[in-house]
Amino acid sequence: MQNKTLYDKVWQNHVVHERDDGMSLLYIDRHLVHEVTSPQAFEGLRLANRDIWRKDSILATVDHNIPTTDRSVGIDDVISKTQVDTLDQNCKDFSLVHFPMLDVRQGIVHVIGPEQGASLPGMTIVCGDSHTSTHGALGALAFGIGTSEVEHVLATQCLLMKKSKNMLIQVNGECASGVTAKDIILAIIGKLGTAGANGHTIEFAGSAIRALSVEGRMTVCNMSIEAGGRAGMIAVDDATLEYIAGRPFSPKDKNWDLAVAQWRTLNTDEGANFNSTIEIDANELQPQVTWGTSPEMVVGIDGAVPSNITADQQRALKYMELQPGTPIEEIKLDKVFIGSCTNSRIEDLREAANVIQDRKLAENIKLAMVVPGSGLIKQQAEQEGLDEVFKAAGFEWREPGCSMCLGMNADQLEPGERCASTSNRNFEGRQGKGGRTHLVSPAMAAAAAVHGHFVDVRRYL
Amino acid sequence: MKAFTEITSTFLPLDRSNVDTDAIIPQQYLKSVKRTGFGVNLFDNWRYKDPGVLGQDHSKRRLSDDFVLNKKQYQGAKILLARENFGCGSSREHAVWSILDYGFNVVIAPSFADIFRSNCYKNGLLPIALSTSEIDYLFEHVNTNPNYKCNINLDSQTITDENNKSFSFQIDEFRKYCLVNGFDEIDLTLQHEDKIKDYESKLKQTSPWLFSAK
Ligand code: SF4
Repeated sequence: MQNKTLYDKVWQNHVVHERDDGMSLLYIDRHLVHEVTSPQAFEGLRLANRDIWRKDSILATVDHNIPTTDRSVGIDDVISKTQVDTLDQNCKDFSLVHFPMLDVRQGIVHVIGPEQGASLPGMTIVCGDSHTSTHGALGALAFGIGTSEVEHVLATQCLLMKKSKNMLIQVNGECASGVTAKDIILAIIGKLGTAGANGHTIEFAGSAIRALSVEGRMTVCNMSIEAGGRAGMIAVDDATLEYIAGRPFSPKDKNWDLAVAQWRTLNTDEGANFNSTIEIDANELQPQVTWGTSPEMVVGIDGAVPSNITADQQRALKYMELQPGTPIEEIKLDKVFIGSCTNSRIEDLREAANVIQDRKLAENIKLAMVVPGSGLIKQQAEQEGLDEVFKAAGFEWREPGCSMCLGMNADQLEPGERCASTSNRNFEGRQGKGGRTHLVSPAMAAAAAVHGHFVDVRRYL
Repeated sequence: MKAFTEITSTFLPLDRSNVDTDAIIPQQYLKSVKRTGFGVNLFDNWRYKDPGVLGQDHSKRRLSDDFVLNKKQYQGAKILLARENFGCGSSREHAVWSILDYGFNVVIAPSFADIFRSNCYKNGLLPIALSTSEIDYLFEHVNTNPNYKCNINLDSQTITDENNKSFSFQIDEFRKYCLVNGFDEIDLTLQHEDKIKDYESKLKQTSPWLFSAK
């Protein structure tokens, strides 16, 4: 038998039917649903008089549209409220498991899937959201889909797809203290470009990936899509199993043993074939900062905005109001956002709090906010006293959701404002029309909040 | 889905690479629970000077005159021409809905992001990938003559211009079959209902924990 990659294995396990024309019908184990990309899919079902194929495969929550301020007063924005109410109603009508806004388990869909044990190794996991790649950190095949595909999975539990190619990204060596999972993935995107992994499923491997916590691995897989890869995966190891054990949806007792026996096989066979392989030396990585309007426009903290640039880069610099050659450390900020499905887990908050401890926001920072990824993370952070550390420094401590990652709610940048953000996209207008986003790790965002401009967080450690 | 067979049209030349779906349709319009009406907000941040919200009267907003979509000579184009990695970023199908709703039927670029391309097929928007030199050729011709037209024929998988210069393009057989016939993929999949059920009952034996959700 041919040696297989992790992706080959999970793919093959889920093929229901292979067509002669190269398309396969792929079975989907877990379907995560949120309020923005689902209403048209539910409406489609109703119009065609179809029912949901497997309700117990679905977990729904609200995250994009909800306020991060006091929720007991409801949602001010009528249009947002309609979308949130529509999901509530759809979940009621079709009897789906749903964590609504006031449920402590509510949170960003890609944070709560793993947190609940609803995302498991070897599963196929989909969601109407491109950052579904996050769940691949557990050895799952997880990818984002459009609304028509959401409807297709609701109605059939399957998707019609063509298998993608295999790409291996090997991160060898060891990251210096202060260099995090976020810096690894930003550096990878800088090297590969935002289209580098188009048509591929990425497997991340190597000693620096193994050394990451499962949460850090999620940060890496989360941004696979920013390199063009619809899915990113990491093989199962002891850390994965430890992470999953005892979570609400995780298998128990006899099922646990059965599951672990299967999950142990979820790795790439020796000698398996990849269509392309990329190597990164972790020893050489610095904390990363993006300077442009695409995640590939990134440089180490010691660096500067590049001087020798293309027309696209020129357009980006104009939008960002930056001069070629400006040292990254000289870039001054207006706002700081710590949150998003990339960096809002407990470990991220601890890293940021560690830098903030006994310090204050710089005077030029108009607003700095921490938005935990879920209600449970918020609760845990409060038990650890992290909220007090942030508040004492001058940060706002908010309710969980997507928030300023994309500014669908009230959390937005004003035109011209510049933000250090732990999210995943620095596209024009992403955080608000005219807003300027620099992507960084939580520790780097925290250090920037204290200084009012970017600084090398390694100096703190 | 509406069937697609062929079209003859002028182009809108959008000379940018990595056009992301946030740029195609900004976040505030995703609050809609409908599939229609997104055309007026296509490229909203580039097209209008002032910020907009869902449901307002967009005809009253100030236009950015230098943005190509607002230029008189390109009105009525049904083919959108762009550079590498078109449609990257978010999975929002609203991007495809807005392009179609505005009046485009075809997007031509050297490459597309995976999710965007798959969303195109589900809605009858034809994404065509050509080589960089072919794309350069098209840009050159459109830039010198805004009335430059091509015929795009899905059956023969060709693009032909007025000078009889023609390019062929690739498309998966299955995708073509669905587009040409305007098929509903869900119906096609449900023809395999028995196979899905068989697969599921085997899965229940081998991996029972997948079915014992809380
Ligand atoms: S946090 Fe940002 S990237 Fe993640 S799901 Fe929400 S909007 Fe998308």
